[in-house]
Amino acid sequence: MHLIWMALRASSRRLWGVCSRGRLRFTCAAGSTDSASAAVQRERVEARAEKPSAPSTKNFELSPFALYLLDRGPETLVQASREELLGYHRLMFTMRRMEIGADQLYKAQKIRGFCHLYDGQEAVAAGMSQVITFDDYLITAYRNHCQQLMRGDTVEGIIAELLGRAIGCSQGKGGSMHLYFPENNYFGGNGIVGAQVPLGTGLAFAAKYKKENAVSITMMGDGAANQGQVYESFNMAALWKLPVVYVIENNQYGMGTSANRAAANPLYYTRGAYIPGIRVDGMDVLAVREATRFAKDWCLQGNGPILLEMQTYRYHGHSMSDPGITYRTRDEINEMRKTRDPIEKVKSRLVDVGWVTADELKQTERAIRQDVDEAIKRALDAPEPAPELLWKHLYTTEATRVRGTSIDNGYEA
Amino acid sequence: MLRYLRVLCLRDWLLDHTVAWRQYARVRRSLPLTVTFTPLQIGLPCASFATRGDRVWSSTIRKRTFSTENESSPSTTDVAPGPAVGDRAQRSTTPSLYPGGGDKLSGSVSNSAGVVKATEETLRQMNLFTAINSALSCALESNPKVLVFGEDVAFGGVFRCTSQLQKRFGRQRVFNTPLTEQGIVGFAAGLAAMGYRPVAEIQFADYIYPAFDQIVNEIAKYRYRSGGQFNCGGVVIRAPYGAVGHGGHYHSQSPEAYFLHTAGIKVVIPRDPFTAKGLLLQSIAEDDPVIFFEPKALYRAAQAEVPLSKYVLPLGRAEIVRPGTDITLVAYGAQVRVLLEAAQVVAREDKIEAEVIDIQTILPWDEATVCESVARTGRCIVSHEAPLTGGVGAEVAARIQEECFLDLESPVMRVCGYDMPFPLVHEKNYLPSAEKVVQCIRDCLNY
Repeated sequence: MHLIWMALRASSRRLWGVCSRGRLRFTCAAGSTDSASAAVQRERVEARAEKPSAPSTKNFELSPFALYLLDRGPETLVQASREELLGYHRLMFTMRRMEIGADQLYKAQKIRGFCHLYDGQEAVAAGMSQVITFDDYLITAYRNHCQQLMRGDTVEGIIAELLGRAIGCSQGKGGSMHLYFPENNYFGGNGIVGAQVPLGTGLAFAAKYKKENAVSITMMGDGAANQGQVYESFNMAALWKLPVVYVIENNQYGMGTSANRAAANPLYYTRGAYIPGIRVDGMDVLAVREATRFAKDWCLQGNGPILLEMQTYRYHGHSMSDPGITYRTRDEINEMRKTRDPIEKVKSRLVDVGWVTADELKQTERAIRQDVDEAIKRALDAPEPAPELLWKHLYTTEATRVRGTSIDNGYEA
Repeated sequence: MLRYLRVLCLRDWLLDHTVAWRQYARVRRSLPLTVTFTPLQIGLPCASFATRGDRVWSSTIRKRTFSTENESSPSTTDVAPGPAVGDRAQRSTTPSLYPGGGDKLSGSVSNSAGVVKATEETLRQMNLFTAINSALSCALESNPKVLVFGEDVAFGGVFRCTSQLQKRFGRQRVFNTPLTEQGIVGFAAGLAAMGYRPVAEIQFADYIYPAFDQIVNEIAKYRYRSGGQFNCGGVVIRAPYGAVGHGGHYHSQSPEAYFLHTAGIKVVIPRDPFTAKGLLLQSIAEDDPVIFFEPKALYRAAQAEVPLSKYVLPLGRAEIVRPGTDITLVAYGAQVRVLLEAAQVVAREDKIEAEVIDIQTILPWDEATVCESVARTGRCIVSHEAPLTGGVGAEVAARIQEECFLDLESPVMRVCGYDMPFPLVHEKNYLPSAEKVVQCIRDCLNY
């Protein structure tokens, strides 16, 4: 009993230490330009004013973590405050609405290119956002809209990029799969399955070389975990004890093939062989937070890489061209939505401990919905990128002449 | 996505942007734009593409030749069309790029071995993706050594090219692989070394790069480096390539030129359902490894009557799809359609009769047909979606100036993609569109 209490105190100290740095919070991270986050901020201030004397934290029991090559894992009895849970709810609901908005825009043929949605997996991005800082490096694959939000971009900026508008984070040149936020060390979305993993390993080497107190969070899907270059990276990271947290988002399907049919060993947290791993309930934002905290500490203590398998689920198909029901049943998706939805989980926790009523949550959701809709509207009104951008960013020096363009009289700068 | 047929896109886009395009060109501080299409002029040839083309070509066209295996029974191709990849697709259909009046195969089709009766029962209207499906189905049926695998092929693949195949031929012969392109291709090489005929699918040609080493270092060189003791001759790698209207950086590329540089493999790109089936079946039968790029923009857009039974078209042979006397236009895959469109425009507006050649196999390519044509016309334009520098056009142009130097009236020109990554929002500017080709034809004729 005493041990548990000590552990709780320790974790609570860490928690407040982290929170006091402020910039981790979604509200701060999202910046002041986004009205959604502004509303969230406003509401949070109001909420604080209403209940100044409310008990600050409560204990929550997490489902156990599976460990590989580790003597001890993250805590399963954790503390969280009302504000934290409300923050998670707002962040995840904003993500959900943003993805639904993207879905609608794609179906209305406003968004072109390929588009991979994150709904269902929000807890992974949201949970990690509370523990890693903008000094840590983050890189992921092409299902990356919500990582961009959690690294500090706005709904408007993200949707604008999806729409190919000039105010998008890649000036409209990248589209859905290529969102970046260098100011906050987000190395972006990468289009080729597994190709970001060696890059993430390189980021970790740089962090170690520069003696930074930072880790590289390198995310991939369960499909990518079968790519050869992933194992080349694992070897280098373990060999040189690099501070890299490999996060495998196991959403059960690599495109249209279930993980069990594509992987000889579907226990992804053990796939590092000589790298320790943890299996995490990726539908529970608190479990993600604790596991990420543990992994980050592990790396910063100089233990080398660690692997987190986030067990999660995507509600949409692989991409917009995949209806998502040819290789799984509608019942399976509905069951998952009903029993394991990450947003519902946070909501029920908030209501169960009596911190907030269902009606209040509904009001918050209505406000977020409105803010996201407005952000989308602004993104739609934004201009398209100038034609000159077509031949910019090819080399460090601007090209004086791009070969191949002479037919229409050349784009000679 | 496949509803964005280039032909329609071009017309719609010009209707919307003719003025913008002119301004855009002037901003480049370039010469005044001399392309003087009106939206109406552009609109008309597109709309009347089928009928005009058919009438003009059918009178003067060469006889199509292909060989067919008499013993093969008509295979069923009960392909469930399934939901369109770009769902909500309006099924735009355009004529196939047939020389002989498009899709008029019914009647008799000649081949070197004799005349094969092609009746209505043995022909079926097919899209490009159903033709591929039909070819795979014929191959699986006629040769037990043929295996089909790749990412998501079990439920038909993202383009539905492999629909129903697993159901018909079983999990042992048609199966999903993990997302491991290098593994898929290397695995195919091993199977081929054991005498199998693996047909490996790379989901998009853009994903072929992780498998580049296996193709270039292993598959292409196995016969050579072992002094003929081993080979991967049975390998066929299928991959959809090219622009699709909005594919962005990683779903639109045309990587064929990288492989053009690799002796030991063959590279084939069909232009329509008929050639797709014939060439794919020959690729599978071929004793050399073949990379078979499929124009994904045409999977649903192109339509033609295709024989149900097995037939093959020879590799390494070009086909004149539109005869002409004034200039030779060379392309392959989806770009053939663009050239035909441009040829129609100059025929109507400038009385220029352009000959359009589909080289079909870009490695090894049919120099004889192209050079014979250029010797007649004295002018040549090569066009492809892939970037200009080091592309197929460079090779073709170099060869033509060697063979036809004294026949040339103007330099061999190229209308290609720009030397840059395939863009997302600026796709239409990047593509070698029909109006760019028309402009180039005029430049050539006025040289």
